[in-house]
Amino acid sequence: MKKVLTTPLDPEEVSRLRVGDAFYITGIIFTARDSAHEKFLSLRDEELPFDPAKYALFHCGPAIHKVDGKWTVVSAGPTTSIRMEIFEDKFIERFGTKIIIGKGGMGERTLKALEKHGAVYVQYTGGAGALMAKAIEEVEDVHFLEELGIPEAFWMFRVKEAGPFLVTMDSTGKSLHADVAETVKKNLAIIKAEL
Amino acid sequence: MNSMEFRDKVVEAIRLAVTRVTPETELALKDAVDFEDDRGPKVQLNAILENICIGKDEGAPICQDTGTITFFVEVGAEFPRISGIKDVLTEAVQRASVEIPLRPNAVHPMTHDNTGDNTGRYTPPIHWDVVPGKGLTVHVMPKGGGSENMSKLVMMTPGKGLKGVKEIVIDQVAAMEGKPCPPTVIGVGIGGGADMALELAKKALLRPVGERHPEVEVANMEMELLEKINRLGVGPMGIGGKTTVLDVKIEYAHRHPASFPVAVVPQCWANRQAKVIVSDDGKVEVFA
Repeated sequence: MKKVLTTPLDPEEVSRLRVGDAFYITGIIFTARDSAHEKFLSLRDEELPFDPAKYALFHCGPAIHKVDGKWTVVSAGPTTSIRMEIFEDKFIERFGTKIIIGKGGMGERTLKALEKHGAVYVQYTGGAGALMAKAIEEVEDVHFLEELGIPEAFWMFRVKEAGPFLVTMDSTGKSLHADVAETVKKNLAIIKAEL
Repeated sequence: MNSMEFRDKVVEAIRLAVTRVTPETELALKDAVDFEDDRGPKVQLNAILENICIGKDEGAPICQDTGTITFFVEVGAEFPRISGIKDVLTEAVQRASVEIPLRPNAVHPMTHDNTGDNTGRYTPPIHWDVVPGKGLTVHVMPKGGGSENMSKLVMMTPGKGLKGVKEIVIDQVAAMEGKPCPPTVIGVGIGGGADMALELAKKALLRPVGERHPEVEVANMEMELLEKINRLGVGPMGIGGKTTVLDVKIEYAHRHPASFPVAVVPQCWANRQAKVIVSDDGKVEVFA
């Protein structure tokens, strides 16, 4: 059976998620890339256009266009998350965001922040932009579009059973990305010795 | 054939290319699901396959990064309108950018201005080959930024020999981890000069997944690298598993005795390609 989380997110439920769990989200996810993180961190609390603790954060710059005056998503896969490593711990610390969706994993700083705040990093399949577009029922809102441009703006997507999201970093300090890197290093040494 | 018909066929080929992977790639991805043991890689591969189905059914770009639309042209020496090809290809990219639409991916490196239509200085990139005859073949390859960023060129010490070549390729695939969206197809270019090695590596990606190089020494190296790389354990999207690459393609050129260029150019699982063929009698057809 599909495990589906709904927004506003339940912090208890998120903190119980572990590496290897797969789930879907129904509700709202918002996009944020490099500039969006920087922008939000520069705002005062009263200037925030929405509460980032309630929704899942998605590292994504969508292909999107207006059809009959309405924003319509063409394709929306994840972008490489590690670029956001310099912001993410501060973002989680200040705004209490519980689910970070991206690809490729993140580093030590983010892992520590996840542990401290009961949050998770989940991998959404790179390139699976059409699948995500299908799960997006509506573009609910967009913030700072003029200032940041299409790929960098905060897009609020209303989604139905978006996913699958695979937990690869959890709040117990476990990172599948770090484990895989360790395995690859060992295998590489064995394989090169055979050459 | 008139140039408008030709242009429309190129737009159609771009549409095909960004909305589906090659049939051989799809088959290889399906095989990979059965080949994997663990849940994590199966989840990733099934999402990829579901995504491919949606792209096909709805004519939607499978990935939001519709890439740099890259052309490989084999033009017959007696093709009647050689001078017009570049303009037609450029115009086709501009139209496709609006009609499909494509994500605007052409940025001026000095001013950061995005042209908005995927064309610009030397863009779209066109690789030319002159071949005998009156026909024309245009290969379309949308090349995403994530995989292109993982490309590598090494001017290897010739004394390291073929063992050195294999080390460079395997090291690079290990270093890429999940970044180029594996399972990838790895293009390898050996010899020529620095520029040719990279061009050959990219061109090698045109060969269908599963097809071996016609020369036995090259084919053997492709198979050896494929087997060894898939024991690294990077896995689909870098989360561990047995499918890191779908195939390895090698092309080579003769080299200067003092130089041994080795180039690696990966293509993401979204191995998107199509081609337009103009036959000697002027008939234009699009192939996936």
